[in-house]
Amino acid sequence: MLELKNVSFDAQSGGEKVEIVRDISLTIPDNRFIVITGPNGGGKSTLAKLIAGIEKNTAGSIVWNGTDITGMSITERAKLGIGFAFQQPVRFKGLTVLDLLRIAAGKPIKIDKACEYLSEVGLCAKDYINREVNASLSGGELKRIEIATVIARDVKLALFDEPEAGIDLWSFNNLIRIFENMQGEDKQRTIVVISHQERILNIADEIIVLADGKVIKQGSREEILPDIIGTKYAAGACYKLTEGEKNNA
Amino acid sequence: MLKMDAIQMQLIREIADLHDVPEGAYNFRANGKAVGRQTTANIDITPKTEGSGIDIRIKDGTKNESVHIPVVLSESGLKETVYNDFYIGEDCDVLIVAGCGIDNCGQQDSEHDGIHRFYVGKNSKVRYVEKHYGSGDGNGKRILNPVTEVYMEEGSSMEMEMAQIKGVDSTERSTIAELKKDAKLVVRERLMTHGSQTAVSTYKVSLNEDGSSADVVSRSVARDTSYQKFDACIIGNAACSGHTECDSIIMDKGRILALPALEANSVDAALVHEAAIGKIAGEQLIKLMTLGLTEAEAEEQIINGFLK
Repeated sequence: MLELKNVSFDAQSGGEKVEIVRDISLTIPDNRFIVITGPNGGGKSTLAKLIAGIEKNTAGSIVWNGTDITGMSITERAKLGIGFAFQQPVRFKGLTVLDLLRIAAGKPIKIDKACEYLSEVGLCAKDYINREVNASLSGGELKRIEIATVIARDVKLALFDEPEAGIDLWSFNNLIRIFENMQGEDKQRTIVVISHQERILNIADEIIVLADGKVIKQGSREEILPDIIGTKYAAGACYKLTEGEKNNA
Repeated sequence: MLKMDAIQMQLIREIADLHDVPEGAYNFRANGKAVGRQTTANIDITPKTEGSGIDIRIKDGTKNESVHIPVVLSESGLKETVYNDFYIGEDCDVLIVAGCGIDNCGQQDSEHDGIHRFYVGKNSKVRYVEKHYGSGDGNGKRILNPVTEVYMEEGSSMEMEMAQIKGVDSTERSTIAELKKDAKLVVRERLMTHGSQTAVSTYKVSLNEDGSSADVVSRSVARDTSYQKFDACIIGNAACSGHTECDSIIMDKGRILALPALEANSVDAALVHEAAIGKIAGEQLIKLMTLGLTEAEAEEQIINGFLK
């Protein structure tokens, strides 16, 4: 179980304090599929980074399975089973896809195991396994490899920051299947996804709506979804276009 | 059987990945003396009659054969200059493995300057691998100043892989190459300096005839207070193509000077150079830390991958 107790995060911008996350208290029970949604700039990514330790909260505490992890490093949290898939994955000159998957697995894995992870994210393993994770990979390829690195780890809590962004050509069904496989009955995992996409919201056990650094709604999909569908908190591509037109008018 | 002690064998393992005598031709040199030599029907090795060094002659048409010529120094204060000349016939396809390891536990400097000259015959293909390594905890420096000269005939190709990853205090490496029609040279240099080491690597590659090409790429890491200078010039004298690239990671208080240079003396010479120096990106460290590595482990993985 993950508990956030009065968590705040302030950043400095032009010498002024900007409150990005404001006094958030949340409980995320085990083995749930949670989607955090809300408008851009609402603090969603920052909240996920605070949980993984990539940013440090300026107030409050974070408790994971009864252990206060507030003061722990990224590495220590990773070792406790917290995984993070970046919205914009980084490239590495020289490190191959296989190297990265082996680091992720935390043990020497055979090539066929690494290939399984790649197949899972829809990449033809033999074309990718020995490729460098460098500028020769497209954004979409990189994104799928990023997801594969989280699958390769035996995480208890997986955080995905906008996993659908940049993988438009790959069907949503595959992404949803990955989440289902990761969670499969015996796997005992909690998955937290940051997303605006209705199709991802549609499979959530629970939805958290974040705006201006605060939780403005939290509850089961059945409770929350009808309220936010068609609003700026959950938007399909067509909605975004029509909304954009309205705004421009 | 080789007459070498445990330290010398360790150096051989580091520079040539050898655990025993290799197949094919070889010449092992330890502390200034030949300690093992084997020739084959196609590859002859003879000591020079004047001065120090050997001549390696490879017959026309020799294919899938190799020559190993590792050198080790384990005596403090030894300084030597060795001339090795390779005469590679026509239509050959051979692997040449050189390299030098110095273990210096004493107070005096140890130095090996290997002057290698390659005469690559028509349509021959050569792969050259050279590793430099230093060990030992004495105050005496470990110094390597290799000079490599490559003369390539029509249609020949040479791939040079040169690595110096650890323990050499001072190195000044100079490589020159002259290419004839349709000859192709590929150089992959990997260098890591640490402590207060200095390394200078200079290339001068002349593409003298039509269809010749060169690709010279150096990847390096400068740690602690070490200093590196990479100075590569490709000269295009005909309808040729050349590319040189220096890509470096700088750490701690390291310093790097990269000077990729091009000289075109023909309107049909197509030459490109690139250079980049930067520290390890914070996002790279963070990504690997989210996979469970500590910051130091993440740094090692990034460097190992970069220099692979």
